[in-house]
Formats: sequence, C-alpha cells, structure tokens
Amino acid sequence: MKRQIRKLGYGVLLLVVAALSSVATATPAAAWEPTRPVEVIVPAGAGGASDQMARTIQGIVMKYKLMKTPMMILNMGGANGAEGIIDTKESKGNPHKLMVAFSAIYTIPISTNLPFNWRDLNPVAMIAMDEFILWVNAETKYKTPKEYLAAVKAAPGTFKMGGTGSKREDQIITVAVDKIAGTKFTYIPYKSGGEASVQLVGKHIDSNVNNPSESIAQWRADQVRALCVFSDKRMGFDKKVTKDQSWADIPTCKEDGIDVQYHMLRAFFLPPGTSADHVAFYNDMLKKVVATQEWKDYLEKNALKDNYVTGAEFVKFLEKDEAFHKKLMQEAGFAEKK
Amino acid sequence: MEDLFNLFHGFAVIFSWYNLWMMAVGLFLGVVVGVLPGLGGPNGVAILLPLTFTMQPTSAIVMLSCIYWGSLFAGAITSVLFNIPGESHSVATTFDGYPLAQQGRAGEALTACFTGSFVGALFSVLLITFLAPLVAKFALKFGPPEFFAVYLLTFCSFIGTGKDTWKTIIALMLGFGLAAIGMDTISGQLRLTFGFTQMLRGVDFLIVVIGLFGVGEILVSMEEGLKFEGKSAKINAKVVWETWKKLPRYWATLLRSCLIGSWMGITPGGATSASFMGYGIAKRFSKNGDKFGTGELEGVLAPETAAHGSGCAALLPMMALGIPGSATAAVLLGGLMIWGLQPGPLLFIEQKEFVWGLIASMYLSNVVGLIMVLSTVPLFAAILRIPFSIIAPVIIVVCAIGAFSVNMAMFNIWVMLVFGVLGYVLKKLDYPLAPMVLAVVLGDRAEIAFRQAMMGSQGSMGVFFSNWLVGPIISLALLMLFWPAISTAWDKLRQTLAR
Repeated sequence: MKRQIRKLGYGVLLLVVAALSSVATATPAAAWEPTRPVEVIVPAGAGGASDQMARTIQGIVMKYKLMKTPMMILNMGGANGAEGIIDTKESKGNPHKLMVAFSAIYTIPISTNLPFNWRDLNPVAMIAMDEFILWVNAETKYKTPKEYLAAVKAAPGTFKMGGTGSKREDQIITVAVDKIAGTKFTYIPYKSGGEASVQLVGKHIDSNVNNPSESIAQWRADQVRALCVFSDKRMGFDKKVTKDQSWADIPTCKEDGIDVQYHMLRAFFLPPGTSADHVAFYNDMLKKVVATQEWKDYLEKNALKDNYVTGAEFVKFLEKDEAFHKKLMQEAGFAEKK
Repeated sequence: MEDLFNLFHGFAVIFSWYNLWMMAVGLFLGVVVGVLPGLGGPNGVAILLPLTFTMQPTSAIVMLSCIYWGSLFAGAITSVLFNIPGESHSVATTFDGYPLAQQGRAGEALTACFTGSFVGALFSVLLITFLAPLVAKFALKFGPPEFFAVYLLTFCSFIGTGKDTWKTIIALMLGFGLAAIGMDTISGQLRLTFGFTQMLRGVDFLIVVIGLFGVGEILVSMEEGLKFEGKSAKINAKVVWETWKKLPRYWATLLRSCLIGSWMGITPGGATSASFMGYGIAKRFSKNGDKFGTGELEGVLAPETAAHGSGCAALLPMMALGIPGSATAAVLLGGLMIWGLQPGPLLFIEQKEFVWGLIASMYLSNVVGLIMVLSTVPLFAAILRIPFSIIAPVIIVVCAIGAFSVNMAMFNIWVMLVFGVLGYVLKKLDYPLAPMVLAVVLGDRAEIAFRQAMMGSQGSMGVFFSNWLVGPIISLALLMLFWPAISTAWDKLRQTLAR
C-alpha cells in the first residue's frame, strides 16, 4: 500500500509537470540520471529560510528543465531538523533523495547524542553561506554595537536576546558575544527567526542575531536597526535596501572591536551508499542552477554569500566547520556528555 | 474612504476570466484536500506551490488562498458524517455535528457549518479591509506572557464543560503528557522518546485525532452491532433554506465566534485553538449550553465560524508583519517570497494591487465557495444511506491513508491504531476526548510561551499581570478555571439564605 500511495502522489505531480512543460528539452548526456521523481528533504518547517531556498531551486530546475523527472519538496522539521536528517541517513542507497543541510548537521549530534554524523551522508556541494547580523529595535538609542554592548554590560542579565531554538547557531553567537564583550544576555529561544524578528519589533526582546532574510522586511520598514554583521568583511551587495542603507553599509562587528565571526553553510547531501555518478549528476545540476539570473537575484535579495564548494574541498570545509562548532559549543557548555 | 477605493480597484484586478477560473480551480482542490483527513490545507497548498511560479503573483495567491478557503469549508464534512475531522480545526465540529448526523439531521448540520464558516470569513475580511494597520499593531503587543495567557484561557474555557470536572482535568493532563514528547525547543533536549527515532517529531496531532475519533468511533459502533442511525438523512435541497431560517436566533454565538476567530487569527493562535475556544465559550454562555454534545446546531456553528474567521484573519499578520497566523499561511508566506514579494509592513504600500486584489478575492471566493459547498450538501448527506458494514472498512482505509500521508511513514498507522483503542477505552469510561486533543495541540506551545515568559522575567510570576492586556486575560482564565467551584458555592449560599 505504501508504494501505491507514493505512486498516487507522484502521479499527481507528474501530471502537474506534464501540464507545465509543453516541449521536453534534451539535457546533456550524463552517466546517471534520475529515473523517478526526486524528493528534496528540507529538515525545517515550511516557509523558513531552508524551505525557501529549496523551493527557489525547485522553481529554477523546473523552469530550465534541468532534470527530466519532477522534484518534490518534503518538509521534515521535527526535532529541530533531526527528523529530516535521520530520514536521509536511513534511506541508504537511494539516489532520488536530496537533503538540504545547514549547521544543524553539527549542532544536533553535539547537543543531543543522536546517532548521527554528517560523515554518514554523501556530501554533494555547498552552494551559499548565510550571514548573521546584530539587530536592535529602531526606536532605541543604540547606533553602534559598542554603545549597545556597553549598556548590556552595565546591567547583566536584564537584556533579552531572542533567537531560533536552543543550543543552535543563534545561541552560539550570543554566548560568543558574551565571552568577548563581557556581557550577560538572557537568551530566549523562539521557534523561528521570523518570530524572533516580530518579537523584536514588539519590544518583547532587546535584540536578535537574525539572518538578513529573516529581518529584511522589518529593516526596510525602519522598525529594526542593523548594528553589525558577524563576519570578517562587509557584505558585498551595495544596492540600497532601505531608504539610505545597503547591505554593504552595515559595518562588521570586528570593526568595532567585537571579533565574533559566524557563517552558516547552505549545502546539499545525498543519503549514504550513493555513488560518485549520483553526486556528479546533482553537482552538475546545481552548477547550472547557481549560474542562472534567478539564483543571483535570490542571493542578492537574501544577502547570501555566494560560495560554491564541492568535492574534497567541501569535505575539508565540513571538517573544519565541525571542529569550529564543537569548540564553541563545548566552551558554551552545550555539548551533551558522551 | 481610501480603503473603499482600493478595494474597488482590487475587484477590478480580480474580475478577469483567468482569475475567476483560478479561483474555481483552487476552491475545488481545496474541498478535495479538506475532505481527505491527513492531507489538509498546508499540504495541498505546498504541493501546488510550484505550479504557480510562472503565474502572476495575484493570480497565484488567488488560487492558493482559494485552496485554503476550500479546505476550511470542507474540513467539516467528514467531522459531521463520520466523526473524523478532515482538518485539525474541525475536531470541535464533531462534538455536535456527529450526533446531529446520527439523528438524521446531517443536512442541517452541514448547512450550519458552511454558513457559519462564511459568516466568520466575512467578518474577518471586513476587519482586514477597514482596520488592517490598527490590527497589525495589536498583533505586535503579543509577547510570551500574552501568548501563554491566551492558551490558558483556551484550556480553562474547557474546565467545567464536561459532566465530571475531574475527568476533564485528567484528560487534559494526559494530553499535556503526549504533547511533551519530542524535542524541547527551550532546552534543545529530547524528551520521552525512549531512543526511538520515529518519536523524534513528537506525537502528531492529526494521527491522534484520526485514531481517537475515527477508529475509536468505528470500534464503538461495531460493539453496538453495526448500527448507524444515519439512514433517515433527508436528501432535499430545501434543508438549506430551512436551516437558514433557524440561524438568526444564534446571533450572539455567531458574533462571539467571529470575535474569537479574528482575534486568534491575528495573534497567531491558529484556527484549531479558535475552534476549540469558540466551542468552549459558546457552551459556557449559551442558554442551551448543557445540551451541547447531544446535537445542537449552535455547537456546530460556534467552532466553524471561529475556525474560518481565524483562517482568513491569519492572512493579515502574514502580509503586514511577515508572521504566519497558521500553518497554511506559513506556506503562502514562502510562496510570496518566491514570487518576489516581500511580506512585511511595506507590502501594503508597495504592492497595492496585489494586497487589494487578494482582499477582494477573499470576498468573492468565500461567496463562490459557500455556493459550491452548499450544493454538495444533499450529495454528502446521501453517503450516510450506505449501510454501515460497507462504509466502515472504507472509513478505516481513509483513516489509514490520512495517517500515513502525514509524513509518509508506516509507523503512523500503528500509532493511529493504538490511539483508536485508547479512544474506545476512554469513551467507554466516559472520559471527554476534546480536552485531551486540545492539550495535544496547544500543550507544547503553552509550555514554550510560559517558559519564555519566565526566562524574560527572571522567574517572576508578576509578568502575567504586568500590563492591561495580559492581566485581564489571565484573570478571566482563572475565573473560568474556578467557575465550577464558585458556582457551587454560590448556589449553596443562596439556598442557605433562602432558608
């Protein structure tokens, strides 16, 4: 019965695709090509940043017919994304399943002891990196990170930092800021960055460290103020986003003496036991995706850092990034005892 | 006046054959996903989202929002006919809808559901049309303490509605226990999973509902000798008109549910909590309150009006703040960004045509939707004429498919069967199922809101009385919580005085 129901779902999708694509264009011959619809596992809820990225890519793949079979998105956001990650791990040898990855691939195993490691999966490529920005409510008087953190330092424990989830990227950054600036924030976990953003506008928290895409709407409406970006250099997009500021106008936290740097990978993985041919196909497809104008627009709109890394270099990056997370999380006391 | 001008402009945008066609397609698909348990609005919209990438944003949102309205209307159908909620927000509709169907009044119940839905939707759309900026500001006032207060009020409105207050409380507690399974957002730790990876995502509410209500009901009917008292269902188009004549007398319930619905949609409480709160409050304040649960039209009107009202109102915070008021709104939000629109405070200024086109379509599509679903009333009521021994296996299969499709896992079907047995046992022991389901849906969110509030206030309970918004809601909730005790004490006092 399981198969029949799946077939039913795919049947509907196939119909949808058939309706859309009047003429099938030939794709260049590859060693392997998907023969069934490809499931894209998003280990996060619908509407969030990972989900939007997956759906944007789905749109591009469909528009340029980069794949002969349809692509469908499955949200598996249970347990901070562990649901989707474990599902991918358990789909051994299935090349028709592609997982969207973000830093949860390191933080979940470190903080929960779940039997998972990114080495269990087959890395395909990293396609971008997300930035993190320190935001405050626009009605407050703080114009620079130094002013704000001095005020936080003067009243330990009373300033509230909101963020997505617990023991994840947002809280890791908060603890890192506490350590370097000598402040003491009360960290309040929310279910999503969007929620943290609205709570900041409603003054229920004093600041957050949202991704650009999570706070852009409130920034443009002049409800929140960007103090600094947690990076070694400023963001590259110099088109005006608000009335008088572009992403490139936001200083780095380092410029103000707070040397906290954090980026989050946006990458793709295949289940374990898939071959190099499978990886080659998806790599080829993703390379075509990132070359399109639609993808460039998406990067600019969400102020994502363009960074396509694959193969041995990607594995090296993952190892380094994992060690970095481990260190930060152990220092913060987030690591579960083995 | 400017709003009216904008609205008319919106109607001008909508009135094209293409958009009207998209509207009809969306409504039809919505009715289909609404009827099937497990599929539901969010999945329906998500599956069809890629279809819209090449469309104009306005036509795309018209079609997708129509799927949402269609599913909001149709969720009630299986609740009334088979006691299986097609959507999570139609659980409360089963309480009185199913008894009505058993009495052969399914046509009346469905008409009341659909009409109530329409009234709720209309109220919310009017609110969005004329008070959007004000309402958006109100939503910003809600922080963790306020959210907790609302959840507490929903729980407390259920205390004292059952025959046995203690059994209601026990059912609530059981639900809270189930809600705690899975990853805890506040600490990032796993709870009560006992090492099973299938338990990571927690107990899915839909599976609980399908098991408790659908399978449990079948078990009870089987024990009673495969009797099903729906055969005398009238198949007559007149039933719509006759039911409409009865509705005006329930104006107070309708108004209360409209208010609850739009409130819960704007401050993301969701259609599910709105329907429960609508039912609980109607039961408390209605003259026929004690007859609720035995087949009162009012008991069907109240939850449906609130649910559809909140579904419509949920689009306002999505557009104006970028926070979705419901799961379906969350998917629509993703769609907005893919079409190149930035939801948020500037959307109303920069994308007038889109926003007002959508609002205009909400008026029109709800009218079309109402006509569409009303015309199906005789058809659905006729299903009940099929003998139970044929329909029961079909229901079980539909339940199983619904549970399976929640996240494509066989494990779900086992969970559903376990809850089916549990539902049967609880029914036999006369425990109310509604409070348990309510706790499964909202328990997790209430806990998170409470702990966020406590973290923010450094552990001081004073935060729940710290402003004009949270204080009164908490006080009202506490009053409702102790109402059974207060009213008994009051009666006793009066009796002694009379003597």
